[in-house]
Amino acid sequence: MRREAPKSFADYTPLLFPGVMLVVFFVVPFSTMIAVSFFKRNPAGFYTPDFVIDNYARFLTTFFAGVLGFSLMLAVLVAVCCVSIAFPFTYLLTKRSRRVQTLWLVGLLSVLSLSEVIIGFAWSTLFSQTAGITNLFVALGLMDKPVALLPTFGAVLAGMIYQALPYTILVLYPALVRLDPTLLEAARTLGASPVKAFFNVVTPALRNTIVATLIMVFVFALGSYLLPQILGRPRHWTLSVLITDQAIYQSNMPFAAAMAVFLVLISLALVGLTLLVGRRENAL
Amino acid sequence: MTRLIATQVSRRSVLGAGLATAGVLAMPSILRAQDKSLKVGVYGGYFKKSFDEHVFPDFTKATGIAVESVAEPTGEAWLVQLEQAAKAGQAPADLSMMSQTSTLKGQSTELWTPLDTSKFKHYGDLLPRFINKYPDGRVAGIGAVAWWITLVSNTDVYKEAPTSWAAFWDKANEDKLGLLALASNSFLLEVTAKTFMGGTNALDTEEGLNKAFEKLAEVKPNVRLWYRDEAQFEQALKSGEIPMGQYYHDVTGLAIADGFHVRTTFPKEGGIQDSGNWVLSRASTKVDEAHAFIDYMSQPSMQGVMSRKVGTTPTLKKEVLDLTPAEFASVSSEIEPIIPRYDLYTSKADWINQKWTELIVG
Repeated sequence: MRREAPKSFADYTPLLFPGVMLVVFFVVPFSTMIAVSFFKRNPAGFYTPDFVIDNYARFLTTFFAGVLGFSLMLAVLVAVCCVSIAFPFTYLLTKRSRRVQTLWLVGLLSVLSLSEVIIGFAWSTLFSQTAGITNLFVALGLMDKPVALLPTFGAVLAGMIYQALPYTILVLYPALVRLDPTLLEAARTLGASPVKAFFNVVTPALRNTIVATLIMVFVFALGSYLLPQILGRPRHWTLSVLITDQAIYQSNMPFAAAMAVFLVLISLALVGLTLLVGRRENAL
Repeated sequence: MTRLIATQVSRRSVLGAGLATAGVLAMPSILRAQDKSLKVGVYGGYFKKSFDEHVFPDFTKATGIAVESVAEPTGEAWLVQLEQAAKAGQAPADLSMMSQTSTLKGQSTELWTPLDTSKFKHYGDLLPRFINKYPDGRVAGIGAVAWWITLVSNTDVYKEAPTSWAAFWDKANEDKLGLLALASNSFLLEVTAKTFMGGTNALDTEEGLNKAFEKLAEVKPNVRLWYRDEAQFEQALKSGEIPMGQYYHDVTGLAIADGFHVRTTFPKEGGIQDSGNWVLSRASTKVDEAHAFIDYMSQPSMQGVMSRKVGTTPTLKKEVLDLTPAEFASVSSEIEPIIPRYDLYTSKADWINQKWTELIVG
């Protein structure tokens, strides 16, 4: 099949709809946010249109650098954990019968119907001292007395991985299903064990998919602001929590916007860096 | 296609006519209420439930104005939403309950329609601190309800009621407290000043504020949860997971009435008395209905109903109320209250917020 390069304006029309959507739902709101981030804050009220850099200046402190660093670290950790759990899982899932696959996928899709609030409160109950899973461990004789597993970093991580895992699997699934089975057969014929074939053939073959999934989960986790509040201590609050504080509780839109712009720029830079490194390694 | 539409229209009108007839026969007030309506924002949860049950139906019966209650979040979230909506000419609620700090902030953009006080029969009976005025004297808000933030504890975990806010600083309470997460809704700086520095006037200077922050930092190891959302703490308090903290006196009272093992204590330094105003969004066109509602709510009898059913403190002079001494005592206390320094949260808002965030996050 040969693909014709678009020649006339009419050939571009299918792009019109997504283009308009992108402008209306991304370019316009994001530009508004950038504009607001330079507005002047009035502590006794809201803000006035202006061009000041105070909002960015306030952000450039070790305190906010620490919070930003923690948020990025948390998002990277969630991404790495999700992909290392989801990739082998999805691979094994594609080896099962059609029926089993459908059941699992429907189950995973149903998890997506839960809101962040429900996930947060469910995990906070599971990790609580009074009604949590440690009571079950006590009943089984594994522990002496029930303990509270929250607020801890582990609780935040568990909640966020739970939330992001279905997305990870659903993104990986199409690529793994379409993976050419002859690759694996060749590896096995040449004497590789199933485990070796998985790591030396399947994983490198899907390198780009894995990187793309890591980036998707990273970006997804970066926006989380409810789970760190419900399951963690203040030192586990992400930058998104502080942005919400400024926007919702302090009605300091300019500062909130400045922080959000900063967060977007940093994450774009990280994503760009990842892609760049990936391309260079591919070229070798 | 044409036929289909025609059938639908006729069927709907028949249905409508039937309903209208039934309405006239059964509930004439509801039918009249359809002409006049008012969207009222009240804090979600227990508050909204109580208003829906004890206040709005009677108001509709008395005035013929239907009320649609809107659950609003506490904090400044609602203020931001109202402001954004008003810029677009929308009013998510006509009247809203609004905190003192938020009312002051809303004034700066003329978000509140000035109220005509001649329409309120009991205007003269309102306590002066419940009338919120623009700098030029126009009335921006009228006291809706006043409430207390008190020292709450779980009775299973604490057999003896704590008597002082100083309990928060007690080393024995490590990792046991639930406190509000923001300076401007927890009023913990005021509590610190009243408990250890002789009164909230100590916060007049930056030096005094710094001292209060230092003292407050000692509480940190005792705090398990800094909450923004009430439900988060209420649940944990009831179960004993987080057995002590600061919480709303009225809501705790309702939880006690529901049989939960919790108590609310007015510490010897006084409870924190906070209050909310009725404010009318400038985007609202229901000016007459809003005035009728505020007038209705400011009657001594309604303030009595609110105290008895919802557990809030009346905004009117004690003399005009129909509350028995026992009823009055259950919603208030003889101990001098801690009145929040609202001025700080507009004049030094960002400085305090920054210090506060660094204190609890750092």
